[in-house]
Amino acid sequence: PPAHSHSDWIGPPDRHSNLRPVIFYAPPEESALERRLREARQEAQASNQRFWARHNRAFRQEKEEFIYSRLKAKGLEMRDESGQKATLNAEEMADFYKDFLSKNYKKHLQYNRDWYKRNFRITFLMGQVALVRALRWLRRRKKNVEQ
Amino acid sequence: GLFVWCLRNTGVRWIPCRFVRLYHEANDRLITFQYFNFLKRMYVTQCNKDLSQRAKPKSDSIVSPFHELQQLDQEKKVVHKISPVSPVHQLWSEMSSRNELREMKSAAETEDSVIPVRAESKEDRQWKEMKLRLDDLPGILARLSKIKLTALVVSTASAGFAMAPVPFELTCFLLASLGTGLASCAANSINQFFEVPFDSNMNRTKNRPLVRGQISPLLAVCFAASCGIPGIALLTLGVNPLTGALGAFNIFLYTCCYTPLKRMSIANTWVGAVVGAIPPIMGWTAATGSLDAGALLLGGILYSWQFPHFNALSWGLREDYSRGGYCMMSVTHPGLCRRVALRHCLALIGLSTVAPVLDITTWTFPVISLPINLYISYLGFRFYRDADRSSSRKLFFCSLWHLPMLLLVMFTCKKSVLEKEDKGDLPRGSHEMAMEIRLP
Repeated sequence: PPAHSHSDWIGPPDRHSNLRPVIFYAPPEESALERRLREARQEAQASNQRFWARHNRAFRQEKEEFIYSRLKAKGLEMRDESGQKATLNAEEMADFYKDFLSKNYKKHLQYNRDWYKRNFRITFLMGQVALVRALRWLRRRKKNVEQ
Repeated sequence: GLFVWCLRNTGVRWIPCRFVRLYHEANDRLITFQYFNFLKRMYVTQCNKDLSQRAKPKSDSIVSPFHELQQLDQEKKVVHKISPVSPVHQLWSEMSSRNELREMKSAAETEDSVIPVRAESKEDRQWKEMKLRLDDLPGILARLSKIKLTALVVSTASAGFAMAPVPFELTCFLLASLGTGLASCAANSINQFFEVPFDSNMNRTKNRPLVRGQISPLLAVCFAASCGIPGIALLTLGVNPLTGALGAFNIFLYTCCYTPLKRMSIANTWVGAVVGAIPPIMGWTAATGSLDAGALLLGGILYSWQFPHFNALSWGLREDYSRGGYCMMSVTHPGLCRRVALRHCLALIGLSTVAPVLDITTWTFPVISLPINLYISYLGFRFYRDADRSSSRKLFFCSLWHLPMLLLVMFTCKKSVLEKEDKGDLPRGSHEMAMEIRLP
């Protein structure tokens, strides 16, 4: 994002976490409230990024291992004669999906709780900031009218 | 669009002649059906473009009207190829890129792949300023409120209204439809507000406004409040308190029960089915002011319909659900998934037969609807037995036209109010037969 910009910028989805990173703009006259909001958003972004990058990587890895072990059990190689990667069909993969979901169930519950808390907090702070800004703008307008 | 059509074609005056009135009302329904067909066609073409889309009803219920409708994105389908640099991770190790390539290829080759190899469009790769542009706002809000799903929810509510055994009142109908639409917009917006990181990780939902940062969460919540509060107020004050209460309850059920439950237990599917069943009940109570057996029957038909629709759809999305952490029957209890779908296809036959018993339709309804009900049950049985992608897709696509057709047939077989008057049934007779729940 350009250096002179006064707003936040959002980027393309991250390769690992599929989340879009945001670069937050910190104005020089940022109030304490605004700073809290920005830091909360940054923290939430970092935490989400960590979680999903790790989670997706684990998924990919375990999927590979599963395919490998199943192919091995069937006596096949990872690549067939034409060099194409051998795959399992949907029904065989279903076992893996079920397993993966149940293994990560607790992790997801914990993440959900955190995410909901963070989301509410950030939105509430946004509301407070918006309110303060609106009041400030109204006060300024009243002052302009009086002058 | 739908309402304009209705206004143009519905006769506002009370026409004593039954035939003329039926003709007008049938015209009304025909337009709805055409609208359904139009939406269905859009839905189907969307489906062909991106296999991972599915419809869910209100509050993302399982289908439109009940489950989320596929995102009807007007944007062109982007094809992604592996981009070499990610903005956050500067270093791109050889190992990981090779793995990425292999994984992408294997995903493409997997029979059940819902992640086609795509090349990233230039636009998508760029950094965008997070500034709200006013001319983008209508489009953004339409996507936030899942406007097409909302439209189908409103259609089922109007079906409930049309099936109620009372003379048709246009203002009541419009108010009820508007109120339901607003409530649905609110519920869908809150749902998207809750699900941002999960939506980013699923192919079907990653182009939503909150995911792309086109709108702030605060604005989404404000929009939801500004739709929901007037919507429920309109229903409570402009129609009747019962409908308002049902609307508020449905919003609550969708946002606070179904959405969190999706990640905790497979019971979410049943809750979502109830969410989808409530709009026609709301339509009925808007017309009659009371909760009759007819309302519950209509709700029951929609409830049962949800299962073949959603279960068939979710069969193809198992990988995304598993990775995203969604607890769905198709992933955790696949046998149950198929059994339930079949069970409810058969239940539809049963419910269609009950309709004339409750004096909602004539006996021609179960007879005429039998072929389509049998067909969907047959596809449900095939899905149960084969449990593969093709049978799930067939069942899903069948469910898309099955519901509008069933509702249309039901409407054309509706027992006319005049007929009941002749038999001396109205108003006391129908009330004696029906359960009545009145709110003060």
